[in-house]
Amino acid sequence: MLGRWKTMLRIRRAEEAIGEMCETGEVRCPCHLSIGQEAVAAGVSAALLPGDTVWGAHRSHGHYLAQGGSLESLFAEVLGKTTGCSGGRGGSMHLRAPEQGLPGTVPIVAGTIPLAAGAALAYKLRGEKRVAVAFFGDGALEEGSVHETLNLAALYKLPMIFVCENNLYSSHLHWTERRVADNLDQAGAFHSVPGARVDGNAVEDVFEAARQAVGRARSGAGPSFLECRTFRWRGHVGASSDQDVGVHRRGELAEWLEYDPIQRAAEKLNMDLATHCADVDQEIDRALTNARSASTPDAGRIGEHVCAS
Amino acid sequence: MRELSYVQAIHEAHRQAMAADCRVFLIGQGLWSPWYAGGSLEDLDREFGRDRVLDSPVSENAVTGMAVGAALAGMRPIVFHPRLDFLLLAMDPLINQAANWSYLFAGQSSVPLVIRAVINRGGEQGAQHSQALHAMFMHVPGLKTVMPATPADAKGLLLAAIEDPNPVLYIDDRWLYNQTGPVPEEIYRIPIGEAAVRRAGRDVTIVGISWMAAQALEAADVLASQGIDAEVIDLRSLKPWDQTRVLESARKTGRVIVADPGWRTAGAAAEIAATVAAEAFHDLHAPVERVTLPDTPAPSSHAEEQAYYPRPSAIVEAAWRALGRRVGAAA
Repeated sequence: MLGRWKTMLRIRRAEEAIGEMCETGEVRCPCHLSIGQEAVAAGVSAALLPGDTVWGAHRSHGHYLAQGGSLESLFAEVLGKTTGCSGGRGGSMHLRAPEQGLPGTVPIVAGTIPLAAGAALAYKLRGEKRVAVAFFGDGALEEGSVHETLNLAALYKLPMIFVCENNLYSSHLHWTERRVADNLDQAGAFHSVPGARVDGNAVEDVFEAARQAVGRARSGAGPSFLECRTFRWRGHVGASSDQDVGVHRRGELAEWLEYDPIQRAAEKLNMDLATHCADVDQEIDRALTNARSASTPDAGRIGEHVCAS
Repeated sequence: MRELSYVQAIHEAHRQAMAADCRVFLIGQGLWSPWYAGGSLEDLDREFGRDRVLDSPVSENAVTGMAVGAALAGMRPIVFHPRLDFLLLAMDPLINQAANWSYLFAGQSSVPLVIRAVINRGGEQGAQHSQALHAMFMHVPGLKTVMPATPADAKGLLLAAIEDPNPVLYIDDRWLYNQTGPVPEEIYRIPIGEAAVRRAGRDVTIVGISWMAAQALEAADVLASQGIDAEVIDLRSLKPWDQTRVLESARKTGRVIVADPGWRTAGAAAEIAATVAAEAFHDLHAPVERVTLPDTPAPSSHAEEQAYYPRPSAIVEAAWRALGRRVGAAA
């Protein structure tokens, strides 16, 4: 549990640093911060094995770090440096750490859900005992491809998990402005994909639910759907609190701050965490210093890599 | 050399690729049907098993997305869309994901994927079962597009597409399925991006695409009987397209006709004409002519179809215009 707490703290501190750089203008690419939602990424990744893959979206700093992606490469990427995990070509919304099981994150809502299913199909065709995880927000359930993929995953008994991070908002729109029923945990039911609702701010609950779903996937029993209830403290994009591109939300933030996943895990750990905090802060400082000193891409090479050779 | 039909050549390419490379698998609509794919995939499910030949539910978007994911996980998927029209439901995985992937991760990873889509014109099928949409895809960086017009190219370009590390859209045309020609028995590749000169000539260059490349050869025969010596280039690949060969021919003849099975506005022919005009302007004796579909959806009624799809005579008339002869006048 200490490991999961530390993963959450690393995500929190890294995103706070990125948020500050967004505000000063040092980071120019759009950054979607997952501050407040760290337990979902930390809990799910802890249930995976090397070789499993995680597919993310626009808000994926947490997925990248929970899988063990390099902090320095993340900072360099959001700063548009050549040493970034995507060579500075992707920015915050296009991250990759393939050695850590993160083949690529992309910001089209629901975009990687069928990709995760395809990876799971590849594992199944090759007889490999690997699992693919699709992370997406509650807004993604309003895309048709999710429902197509749920059916295909059930039909082909794919070794995958659908993880819905339900933070109640799709950009500035509250779920009540987008749906008539609070029933995302049943999204898979029509397609015979079992679903569960999980406290997404309780890292141990997420870990346990993910562990069961991973076990089911790895055993060949097929996909599962997890709705992890959580809340993002910052706006849809950028660093500002409880505000979305100039639109104030409903004032729920104060309530959700009481359910800080990191604080809750720390209380359960019941130990002195000061040295661990210092470790994480040092790690962040070092990574940031290195990322800042890296070179920027040569603009004369913008034509490179359109196609692989 | 033994002869095969265009559709047999496509079938053989699939069969040989699947036998040679266990990473290759097929997914899409109609794969277990005896008629859906026009015989081009017949019995592959029996030979290679239904785990590797997946006749999918009608979910073009997710199925194409799954193929992208499987490609990223080390497979060589071929997605089959029995109508090019249906591929419109899968634009996100094809364009946002597959075509961008190499670039946005700075070449660290790419999507080796074949999307095969069929143009199925005529037969009173109307606007949503017969569109030739290749120009839309030609617009997209990172996506290769090929359109074979002969049995040998149908096989060689499919095998090249499967081996390519990038997403390749392979468009075949049902009107070509019964064409026959020599096809080597072994596995071979036709290089993507290379056009073929089907007929050498001095007076006028006809650049044909897919079905219109076949029509261009018929037009060239008519022109020959009128004393006009046409050079016919079968473009074969639309992205990248063989600018060198087309420009070489344009500079030689000074007159260029582009025969394109798609619409006129912002079409493949427009792109080729613009390039020829820009690069070979001083060698041209006449404006570049385009023979295309009119800018209307496909009608259904046979009577309207007859007017809609250009015939070799349209290419012949374009050649006359380029040569400054009165349309309808004998040579």
